[in-house]
Amino acid sequence: MNAQKTDALSAYFLAETSDVQETHTLSIIVDNEPGVLARVIGLFSGRGYNIDSLSVSETEHEKHVSRITIVTTGTPQVIEQIRHQLDRLVPVHIVRDLTVAAKHTSQEKPLERELALIKVRGEGEKRLEALRLSDAFKATVIDATVEHFVFEITGRTNKIDQFIEILSPLGLVEVSRTGVAALARGGQALKDLHDEI
Amino acid sequence: MQREMTGAEMVLQALRDNGVEHVFGYPGGAVLPIYDELIQQDDIQHILVRHEQGAGHAAEGYARSTGKAGVALVTSGPGATNMVTALTDAMLDSIPMVCITGQVPTNLVGSDAFQECDTVGITRPCTKHNWLVKDVKDLPRVLHEAFYVATSGRPGPVVVDIPKDVQFATGTYEKAQTNPSAHKSYRPQLKGEMTAIRAAVELMSKAKRPVFYTGGGVVNSGPAASQLLRELVDLTGFPLTSTLMGLGAYPASGEQWLGMLGMHGTYEANMAMHDCDLMICIGARFDDRITGRLDKFSPNSTKIHVDIDPSSINKIVHVDLPIVGDVAHVLEDMVRIWRASSFRSQPELKGWQTQISKWRARDCLSYSENNDVIMPQYALQRLNAAIKGRKDVYISTEVGQHQMWAAQYLGFESPNHWLTSGGFGTMGYGLPAAIGAQVAHPDALCINVAGDASILMNIQEMSTAVQHGLAPKTFILNNSYMGMVRQWQQLLHGNRLSHSYTDSLPDFVKLAEAYGGKGIRVTKPAELDDAIQEMIEAPGPVLFDCRVAQLTNCFPMIPSGKAHNEMLLPDEATDEAVANAIDTAGKSLV
Ligand SMILES: Cc1ncc(C[n+]2csc(CCOP(=O)(O)OP(=O)(O)O)c2C)c(N)n1
Repeated sequence: MNAQKTDALSAYFLAETSDVQETHTLSIIVDNEPGVLARVIGLFSGRGYNIDSLSVSETEHEKHVSRITIVTTGTPQVIEQIRHQLDRLVPVHIVRDLTVAAKHTSQEKPLERELALIKVRGEGEKRLEALRLSDAFKATVIDATVEHFVFEITGRTNKIDQFIEILSPLGLVEVSRTGVAALARGGQALKDLHDEI
Repeated sequence: MQREMTGAEMVLQALRDNGVEHVFGYPGGAVLPIYDELIQQDDIQHILVRHEQGAGHAAEGYARSTGKAGVALVTSGPGATNMVTALTDAMLDSIPMVCITGQVPTNLVGSDAFQECDTVGITRPCTKHNWLVKDVKDLPRVLHEAFYVATSGRPGPVVVDIPKDVQFATGTYEKAQTNPSAHKSYRPQLKGEMTAIRAAVELMSKAKRPVFYTGGGVVNSGPAASQLLRELVDLTGFPLTSTLMGLGAYPASGEQWLGMLGMHGTYEANMAMHDCDLMICIGARFDDRITGRLDKFSPNSTKIHVDIDPSSINKIVHVDLPIVGDVAHVLEDMVRIWRASSFRSQPELKGWQTQISKWRARDCLSYSENNDVIMPQYALQRLNAAIKGRKDVYISTEVGQHQMWAAQYLGFESPNHWLTSGGFGTMGYGLPAAIGAQVAHPDALCINVAGDASILMNIQEMSTAVQHGLAPKTFILNNSYMGMVRQWQQLLHGNRLSHSYTDSLPDFVKLAEAYGGKGIRVTKPAELDDAIQEMIEAPGPVLFDCRVAQLTNCFPMIPSGKAHNEMLLPDEATDEAVANAIDTAGKSLV
């Protein structure tokens, strides 16, 4: 991903900023029209913002509306910029910073889940060890032969990271991950969340 | 109204229904159906340019001088890519513009067909929004939406890309829905939040060293905004400075006018910004040309920022009191609340006013006059004297020293009369922009203040002017150098003038005549006044070749990486001071 943006805010920004980097999860409701994802991604690459994770899918078919979930890292000021820049795009209906919204209701984080499919090949003790671990991580086997497994696992990003790391000496072949899906805790809909900083 | 018609007819009908009278364009294979409709009607006049970039800047000049959207029409591929500079220019200066591009037929899109390019892909980052219309049934809606998006909120350029088969296809045309603000996702906020506006007025009533810092947003908000700004300045008695883009919103003859601020702004404006205790930023965006060194930018002030675009707020400078809303709406509330609270412009401002008069007395725009050689500043002062008092003068510029001098020495009394490429700094903007303004105001005096290098970037538009009976006057401050580049080379690179001298410049008088216009050359200060009159009175377009002192630098200047109170003033700018003005950290800045 791109380098941090702090020093590029202006050519005249000579002072070092001591602002800490934070990771935030943004939910964006957009019209599901051609090019909308390119607009969002182009905004991030064009302005030098980071994308740690991205997932997108149509969520309301009749209204032709999609939901994009982006996990991004930056200083609080950059993250506020990202939110406003996204909001400026014409096909964007709603942008909410779930991380800020969670803080407002005294929660640490929004609900976040990722799904991963993980292929492992091996024999003997290693194979048994992989199976035992999958059990511990509540992963399920969705494909298998005598020489391989494909595990399906859902969870927070760091849980999946951990599972993959543990499997890597046990014959890890490849991984496919979905990116983060996220919702705020509680009964409120996205548009009613309070996320002003 | 519902009617069956072809896509090409829809384009014309939608233009009519959106109040368009003029289109700047250039034909080609992918827009021929639209051109075929154009020639069969009289409501909309087409101005044939000589290069698509010219169409774009002409549309910008038209838009800036009228407040309406400028419209451009070009073909696919190279026609569209030639438009990219003008679109980006309009994007950075928030100019409303609707650009219609032809595209290869839908069944060929993606096949690398002749003159195909990914127009929406290429123009996505340089437009406010764009559309590829693949079905004629979407065309009327998209065209109406295009005008709405371009002109509402923070204005900007939009592109509607129409494949040729869609132009031929028939469908049902409908007028725009009566309530465009019912747009499903795009709804700019016009009214500012009242609590914030009240808090702002409260801060203003207590300020001891206040300053208004206004920008292009005031002009974009419409004539009412400028009127209200003047009212608020009169009520409060606060001094006011403006960015390059905001010139004219408050009159240069006004009592509180400090002059332009920023890199080539006045001493009094920059010092007031640095020392103020309350900054009221209205429709400006803390651009790097304005702020200078950021960590020393106005260190002791409380900052209020009024802007229609929330992303402008806290982007560069942290502000204490943001107000999101349209300038005219917010100013109206401010004026009303100030009146209701019957605040007087306070006696406490006396000290501040005295300080400002001292800065003014520094006379930062003075320069050494010369009887033999025309100083560029002097040429502009004479031009200013010749147009003073006329309300029908539109000034455009190219980019460089001449642009800054024009901003410094020409007094702008009303909004929409100053057309310049501020954010993007596009050489080649001025002549087509003057043409655009002239199309909108056929009887006005449209003057393009140019440099010898810039004017050659879109000189071909002289031919457009002659063809359409337009009479823009191009006032070239000819120093044979890319003056601004030369100045920076002197400041930064030991005066090694790498490729900034233009050898073999054309004979501008003959060039004007070759196009069918008039050429005037002046080399002596004493000849200026008569020659300027001759230019103004000429019935057609003029190239005025004003030979000026070649090595003049543009001052005052905040050298890169320096703060508002570290200006380089003309009388202190010895060769040595100039050579050492920028330190190592400043050198990498643009
Ligand atoms: C299209 C484009 N190319 C390059 C530049 C960089 N540039 C800025 S000012 C300038 C020189 C302009 O020279 P001239 O038009 O003669 O004006 P002067 O500064 O001499 O008044 C150049 C090359 C630019 N602004 N735009």
